[in-house]
Amino acid sequence: MSSPPVAPPGWSRWLVPPAALSVHLSIGQAYAWSVFKPPLESALNLDGTQSALPFQLAIVMLGLSAAFGGTLVERNGPRWAMTVALVCFSSGFLISALGAETKQYWLIVLGYGFVGGIGLGIGYISPVSTLIKWFPDRPGMATGIAIMGFGGGALIASPWSAQMLDSFGGDNDGIALAFLVHGLSYAVFMTLGVFLIRVPRTEVPQGTRSAPPSAFEGVQVSARSAVRTPQFWCLWIVLCMNVTAGIGILEKAAPMITDFFADSSTPVSVSAAAGFVALLSAANMAGRIGWSSTSDLIGRKNIYRVYLGVGALMYLLIALFGDSSKPLFVLCALVILSFYGGGFATVPAYLKDLFGTYQVGAIHGRLLTAWSLAGVLGPLIVNWIADHQKDAGKHGSALYTLSFGIMIGLLVVGFVANELVRPVHARHHVPAPREAADVERQQSA
Amino acid sequence: MSNDSSPPDRRRLIAFAWIWVGAPFAYGVYELVQKATQLFNG
Repeated sequence: MSSPPVAPPGWSRWLVPPAALSVHLSIGQAYAWSVFKPPLESALNLDGTQSALPFQLAIVMLGLSAAFGGTLVERNGPRWAMTVALVCFSSGFLISALGAETKQYWLIVLGYGFVGGIGLGIGYISPVSTLIKWFPDRPGMATGIAIMGFGGGALIASPWSAQMLDSFGGDNDGIALAFLVHGLSYAVFMTLGVFLIRVPRTEVPQGTRSAPPSAFEGVQVSARSAVRTPQFWCLWIVLCMNVTAGIGILEKAAPMITDFFADSSTPVSVSAAAGFVALLSAANMAGRIGWSSTSDLIGRKNIYRVYLGVGALMYLLIALFGDSSKPLFVLCALVILSFYGGGFATVPAYLKDLFGTYQVGAIHGRLLTAWSLAGVLGPLIVNWIADHQKDAGKHGSALYTLSFGIMIGLLVVGFVANELVRPVHARHHVPAPREAADVERQQSA
Repeated sequence: MSNDSSPPDRRRLIAFAWIWVGAPFAYGVYELVQKATQLFNG
């Protein structure tokens, strides 16, 4: 096991966000998996469900490794975590390259899904607590930058992977070569993070407006205690509801906008629908840095009131008037997606406010299980209801009215859960070193 | 007069690190903008 790398005197905290970004921009590639699906299906004779397996397993492993690996990340530090993420994520591609070359699809599932998925989970939480410690005055902005990188990773990988497949060819040799180049390139790219990441010394970081909290300053709660508090579960519900509402639109964006305006005088073309999806990605990414930074000014509870309350209002506007105005539909969807991204990026700072910095990375990892459930729940609600409405003879915006009603209900549940969040009771706090020593002395006396 | 104990200047390292992550990110944003304009043109 390694000890966390402590920053030398004069180390700038502005070296930490690029370290975090080098990891998050890489692992964000996961959301561009769909680029590999059509060539894999034709080269290895797979159907759509089979070709989605590596991605689905990777997301499951992301949640599991973040939840179960969080304590290890806290113990061994961010450099260890980033190294594990680098090795797993890159190895996943290399194993997949072998699988594509030998036409052994199970190797791609194992490599990209299982091994690479561990890299996703450990990589996702690796810089979170370090960033919060370096930016005690702006934790929302700091984690927002990193988590925006996860959204940005797909923006880079999607055109890059597509161009690579065009050059190498869509047969199994071409796919294998593309996987190989991905694995090696991401290994080099992520190395920057491994080299640059440092935990702050105990003195004031250069350029900060306030002193960083030491591991025992203020309210500090261990990960084990945190999961026994109602606050953790309230936040779990908040995150799950917010993500479900966002994924509900994101997952079905292109057919949704087409259906909404199918009967209008200006129906939406396929390329315009693709443009809408791209715009949603931009809103998702902008929300991560924009809303998360705003939370440093107006407070975490207030920003979640906006995400959940205004989010519900936006869904209501789409349900009532969305099919009569394309700009209104697009605007509301963009706001909802910006709240979706903002919800992801703000939650580490919310956890820090409630549980302190002591084991915030591990607590964040456990909270990400809410994402795993939402990832299943959101698409399931929208797709299942739309299919049944279609069977019932409905069409256009009527396919989504019930889904939007459910989304509003879920956001209201999340809003109530956010209102129930209170400061953590003192019995869950980790005692400060001096208090712990006093207790020990009293017990031994 | 220079102080031997002063910490090294990290500005070049900071610039390099931000370009390292900024360049591919800018490429991704450029591709995104190209695609997003289809909503208004398509």
